[in-house]
Amino acid sequence: METVIEVQGLTKSFGSFKAVDHLNFKVAKGEIFGFLGANGAGKTTAMRMLCGLSKPTSGSARVAGYDVQLNPEKVKQNIGYMSQRFSLYDDLKVEENIRLFAGIYGIPRPLIKTQTEALLEKLHFTEERNTMVRALPLGWKQKLAFSVAVFHQPKVVFLDEPTGGVDPVTRRQFWELIYEAAAQGITVFVTTHYMDEAEYCDRLSMMVDGRIEALDSPQQLKEKMGVASMDEVFRLLARKAKRTE
Amino acid sequence: MNIFSAFVKKEFFHIFRDRRTILILLVMPIVQIILFGFAISVEIQQIRVAFVVSASSPSKTSIQQLARKVDANEICSVTHWYSSVDAVDAAMKKGEIDVAFCFQEKEPHHLQVQMLIDAVNPTIATSESYYLEAIVTDFLRKQQLNTQKSSAVSLIQPSVQMLYNPQMLSAYNFVPGVMGLIFILICTLMTSISIVRETETGTMEILLVSPVRPIYMIFAKMVPYFVISCINLATILLLAYFLLHIPMTGSIISICLLSFLYIFLSLSLGLLISTVVKSQVAAMIGSIMGLMIPVTLLSGMIFPVENMPWALQRVTAIVPARWYISAMRKLMIEGVSITHVSTEIMVLVGMSVFVLLLAFKNFKNRL
Amino acid sequence: MSVLRYLLEKEFKQFLRNSFLPRMALMYPLVVLLIMPLATTMDIKDVSISVVDKDCSILSKQLIEKMDASNYFTIYRVERTYAAALEQVENGQSDIIVEIPSFFSTNIDKQQPTSVQISANAVNGMEGSLGASYLLELLHDFSQQIYPSQLELEQVGPVVSSLYLYNNTLNYRYFMIPGLMVFVIILLAGFLPALNIVSEKEIGTIEQINVTPVKKSQFILAKLIPYWLIGVVALSICFTVGWLVYDLAPVGHLLDLYLLSLLFIFIMSGIGLIISNYSKTMQQATFVMFFFMLLFILMSGLFTPVSSMPTWAQVVAAFIPPHYFVDAMRSIYLKGSTLFDLSSEVMVLVLFSILINLWAVKSYNKVE
Repeated sequence: METVIEVQGLTKSFGSFKAVDHLNFKVAKGEIFGFLGANGAGKTTAMRMLCGLSKPTSGSARVAGYDVQLNPEKVKQNIGYMSQRFSLYDDLKVEENIRLFAGIYGIPRPLIKTQTEALLEKLHFTEERNTMVRALPLGWKQKLAFSVAVFHQPKVVFLDEPTGGVDPVTRRQFWELIYEAAAQGITVFVTTHYMDEAEYCDRLSMMVDGRIEALDSPQQLKEKMGVASMDEVFRLLARKAKRTE
Repeated sequence: MNIFSAFVKKEFFHIFRDRRTILILLVMPIVQIILFGFAISVEIQQIRVAFVVSASSPSKTSIQQLARKVDANEICSVTHWYSSVDAVDAAMKKGEIDVAFCFQEKEPHHLQVQMLIDAVNPTIATSESYYLEAIVTDFLRKQQLNTQKSSAVSLIQPSVQMLYNPQMLSAYNFVPGVMGLIFILICTLMTSISIVRETETGTMEILLVSPVRPIYMIFAKMVPYFVISCINLATILLLAYFLLHIPMTGSIISICLLSFLYIFLSLSLGLLISTVVKSQVAAMIGSIMGLMIPVTLLSGMIFPVENMPWALQRVTAIVPARWYISAMRKLMIEGVSITHVSTEIMVLVGMSVFVLLLAFKNFKNRL
Repeated sequence: MSVLRYLLEKEFKQFLRNSFLPRMALMYPLVVLLIMPLATTMDIKDVSISVVDKDCSILSKQLIEKMDASNYFTIYRVERTYAAALEQVENGQSDIIVEIPSFFSTNIDKQQPTSVQISANAVNGMEGSLGASYLLELLHDFSQQIYPSQLELEQVGPVVSSLYLYNNTLNYRYFMIPGLMVFVIILLAGFLPALNIVSEKEIGTIEQINVTPVKKSQFILAKLIPYWLIGVVALSICFTVGWLVYDLAPVGHLLDLYLLSLLFIFIMSGIGLIISNYSKTMQQATFVMFFFMLLFILMSGLFTPVSSMPTWAQVVAAFIPPHYFVDAMRSIYLKGSTLFDLSSEVMVLVLFSILINLWAVKSYNKVE
């Protein structure tokens, strides 16, 4: 299996405070990799390093075949990102947002047109193409943001708590999109609080106090810890945590 | 009361965490006072003079003597000699000279001097004119190059001197101006931004839903800026007294009371603005256009109100700073008692009431 | 390059959709140019004079009455000593001191020239010096009144005369208006882009851009180009208003004006960019900008000349780009200087432009 993300001893310190402490893991192509942890455990910090948004204090990470420290720009060409603070442009229309990010990733003009039409149809957004993003309901915004993030068929897409604040049905629909992307060979790296979503992942890691305390498939984790649900896996591991946000 | 002080504490934390802004808020008045007090002036320190003399000029020796006299003056220096007037324009365009002397001899032994003065800055130009005129006239008289027939154009020979810093006149003028500007800038702008930001981020709703009456929350926002303004007030008065040597003849208490009133008005204005604008950006830009410029131009801070066209004078009546500044000048310069500025105080109080009422009405409407 | 195109498309759309900004960009130059010069009016009236009358004769009283009767002047007080009159000027009660010497009437009766000393307060803009000019005329008039025969001497002409070049009507507004464009550019090309970038930081959309392969230079250019355009448009509005409302058309070439202004726009946008790079919130950016605006306006020679400042202040002014811009603008507008004439100012501005923009680009971090 092709390894798309390779992390070794990744550390980020702020002064004497180690936000991320010597992470080691690998993610294979097409995997849906869940990155769990309580608030303050270091998830977002770790993800930002993998995206090339933040420089590691020590250790290394390779994403999509490039080192994040030596070749951040190459990394960025091959990834997609959906931040926690939802980041499409509120004052641009649906279609304009798609076009902007597609153009930035270098998709040729005619292709943008056709792909946009296909996307709008798939999401049932065709009538909303000229709506300002700020007028969309939250669930729609999230689906749109995800679609924009994978529009250019990146090797990996990073999702930082993508489904906050919407009902379970909408969340489920969102995950349909994730499955689709994974089926196309896009690796999905997602952080989440929702333990039911944890069940949807191929493999998970649990971060506690900046370190990875568990790394396995949901099934294996439940068996190893002798519990029936991810909720309890989470609770058992998180109890050990010394720091909260 | 506990709740109120909790809010106040929260506001203080917000502000003091932003060190850069605090630094600027406290340093700005100091910088302004120093600049106005020491750097701003229209005094002439240097006049570069060019002499235009054709080779065939008969009065060359006298002209050279004049040049030496001009050069000997501490401000003036003869920097260029030209043989024709054409060179003058080119030199002035390059900014190389300020004045050029041209000479004419209408009659023998009757030298006339024409000074070509770069008048881009008319104030400086007229000052240079008077200054040089005195030197030249003095020289010519002594040289007796002119017969008595032409030495007196009129019986009255006025001479003009410019007073640049008659004691602390400029300081008296601008210190109240600086205060007027600083207070309204800090209080109005900061208050409005602070409130609008809460609306933008949504925390406003949380606060409004709490059992605390909105009034407490709003006043809590004003308190820290009131405190900062008091610090600035003290700084300015101290600087004025020790650095600029302005004798504080008026009653300090009156000065402070009046300032408190004005600060209060500014804070209320900030509240009003926050009910009208929808974004922080709008608040900031609106404050510059709607506050800083009118206050700088129309409050009498730099340009005297009495000199403005009548219509504009009426407009200045709505600029709160104008009343504050005029009252402060009376208190600081003439040292009169507070009763003499009762008109200004009435106006400021009236404005405060009006602004507050309007702000509260708007605020309630939004809910 | 097409990445830049997409980004520009976004920036323009966002700007035009904003309800506030485009209107402000158009209104602001108008406000500045229409109000400011009005506030600095040229008509003086009721300038207060303190007279020191050491003569106390009928003649001196006549002179005082003549001054009082004029629309331009009003006599504040008649004193006996110069010190008393000076005190009134110090207190702001009067602006000009006229000193009539004790031998005034005696000399005039003997047909001997007599001096009169005028001391004018130079601090309050034009009042002092303009007042002095009018007074000179008034005195001239007065002496014609009492001895009309002086007229024949007029033929010879004054011994010393002043010819004012480039602004022969001594119009203070002509002096102010080219400088006021500084205000406009600083706000529209310096402040607004800075706010724009910091607000993207605050909202978080800047992160979405940082995670893409968009280069620093592309992002920055896309942010600044719209504001460069706005700066040029606003400037054109200023030129037009100056011409239509104040009858002030530039003596120099319009091209020179635009080139110079473009240079200054580059500098200001660079400064705005630097400020936005070091600011985390819009509030911070605003106040830092305010601080610089104040500094620039006071130290640039806009209201008072740099040459009148003490040496230490002149050194500081040497580092303030608006100083060179204001000087150069005025020279081109009123004197018809060319960029070649002003080569030293232009070189300094070019240097500033390069250094500042280098710093701005360097300090923009895609990665923390």
